Amino acid sequence: MPAWGAHGLTVERGGRAALADVTLTVEPGEIVAVVGGDGAGKTTLLRALAGAIAPTSGDVAAPALERIGFMPTAAGVWRDLSVDENIAFVAAAHGLSGETLRERRAALLAGAGLEHATSRLARNLSGGMRQKLAFSLAMLHRPDLLILDEPSTGVDPVSRVDLWRMVSLAASQGAAVVMATTYLDEAERAHRVMVLDAGEILLEGAPAQVLASVPGHVVESAEPGDPGRTWRRGRRYRVWSPDEPPHGTARVADIEDAVVAAAIAKGA
Amino acid sequence: MKAMILKEFRELRRDRRTMAMLIVLPIVLLTIFGYAANFTVDTIPTRVIGPGAEQVVANAPDLFEIGEVDADATTNDALAWMRDNETEVVIDTTTQPPTAYVDGASLFTAQSASVAFARMGDQVQVDILFNPDLETSWVMVPALIGLILTFIGTIITSIGLVKERQSGTLEQLAVMPLKPADVIIGKIAPYFLLASFDMLVVTFLGVWIFDVPFEGNPWLFAVGAGIFLFVVLGIGVLISTVSQTQAQAIQLAIMLLLPQILLSGFIFPLDAMPTAIAAIGRCLPLTYFVEIAQGIFLRGAGISALWIPFAVLTGMALLVFSAAVLRFRRDLAPSAHHRAKAKAA
Repeated sequence: MPAWGAHGLTVERGGRAALADVTLTVEPGEIVAVVGGDGAGKTTLLRALAGAIAPTSGDVAAPALERIGFMPTAAGVWRDLSVDENIAFVAAAHGLSGETLRERRAALLAGAGLEHATSRLARNLSGGMRQKLAFSLAMLHRPDLLILDEPSTGVDPVSRVDLWRMVSLAASQGAAVVMATTYLDEAERAHRVMVLDAGEILLEGAPAQVLASVPGHVVESAEPGDPGRTWRRGRRYRVWSPDEPPHGTARVADIEDAVVAAAIAKGA
Repeated sequence: MKAMILKEFRELRRDRRTMAMLIVLPIVLLTIFGYAANFTVDTIPTRVIGPGAEQVVANAPDLFEIGEVDADATTNDALAWMRDNETEVVIDTTTQPPTAYVDGASLFTAQSASVAFARMGDQVQVDILFNPDLETSWVMVPALIGLILTFIGTIITSIGLVKERQSGTLEQLAVMPLKPADVIIGKIAPYFLLASFDMLVVTFLGVWIFDVPFEGNPWLFAVGAGIFLFVVLGIGVLISTVSQTQAQAIQLAIMLLLPQILLSGFIFPLDAMPTAIAAIGRCLPLTYFVEIAQGIFLRGAGISALWIPFAVLTGMALLVFSAAVLRFRRDLAPSAHHRAKAKAA
């Protein structure tokens, strides 16, 4: 199976680069988490991968539309249709029917905990249930490339666990998964992480590589340092320095530390 | 409170469509009601036939704008002209006293003509054709069908399409293995069918409750309504492609609907409007549907009499619907559009 992704992708919006020269590769069975703050370019990257927007330059390597599963930010379910009707519509669009459809429908509904809500209108579902339905719709045809735009935003912790279980299962079945998320703890569960900032790649690699590739030095301290280079974690502080390590214990505990340190380093 | 007022003004300033409604709408309404809202008809196109034609021409009040004077034409010719809407009044001097045939389908024109003839006393006997009692409902119901089709075609269709965009499912459709044509036809066909159903219901109710006569060919009417539906559905789709929210779509649809109601000749006669305002009316699709509907319902007119409104509406349908499909298609398949553009370059 080939790897999917994008090479040298640039998307300009209103004279500003929403994405600048971004390259991303995702192998079958792999989960790549795209993280970054608001306006970092996560959605633009995912929409370009899905073919929903046209890049200004660069190439996208994606399977044919019928082999892509896409879950947009706004959930992408038909709110005035019931759970069953949503599934029936997407199944018909993908030409799924008979035993295959029955099996997949049952497995996805069970995984999403929606088997008792099949006749409920999507607009009456809770936020978490709606996100899980949207995921089920994106997964119904077992796509080669699964693109999820912030699937867990606004979802309760229990539903987030369910969603992650479904995402992991999709990857284990061979789908290449690219998901945008604002939850940095989630990103650590992915095989690889791409940190975007203002349309550019800040850090990229396996979570351990990302932690190791933070430029400069990060230490944990009981006292705050330079306000522009200090951030709080619980009752302690982290201080970043470009050259000489400041006083304290060297520590990049997680992706959150790595993202903040890389953002400070970029602005320094 | 000052902060609240300031905030409201700032928001309004950035909401260009509301600003347009605030500024443009009063000007449009003032212009329309100032110039177009005129029930008084100043001139009535009139033909005179028969041996006494010359004498009638000499004595006719100024209201009647005498066009053709044909001493050899017969009463049958006169009735055919009236059916084909070639003139509003024919004064037939083959009878004694002369008979004035008046087109009752043009309500205000007919009323003005009746008053003018009444002032002439026994010199002329008046025969109001197509709507002898000058019933308002007879004229309104056929035109109302056009208004209902416009309402469904523009407002309901654009709301339905924008809803898809607003809820993020249009994006979902764009990356599903559906051909753009499937999505476009699938989205529009239900509205086409619903509007057709509404048209049938209003036609039957109009004929049944208000006793509006249906003199013409129902199939010709169905074809006219179908062509008109393509125009209004196309306008609805176009509105949806430039609107991000349902409120924006409704606002824009109303801005397009209002001139159609006021300037299509459905309420105020086009003949009573100044040339420039009537010219705007002649650019609106409802104007031509009203001509077709009233022609078929009341006068029993055929295609030979109605080919002009049919041709104009067909042209509008081709233009508007093609533009709508192309724009909608671009929204659905931006990557394909981009690739096609790159290839062309």
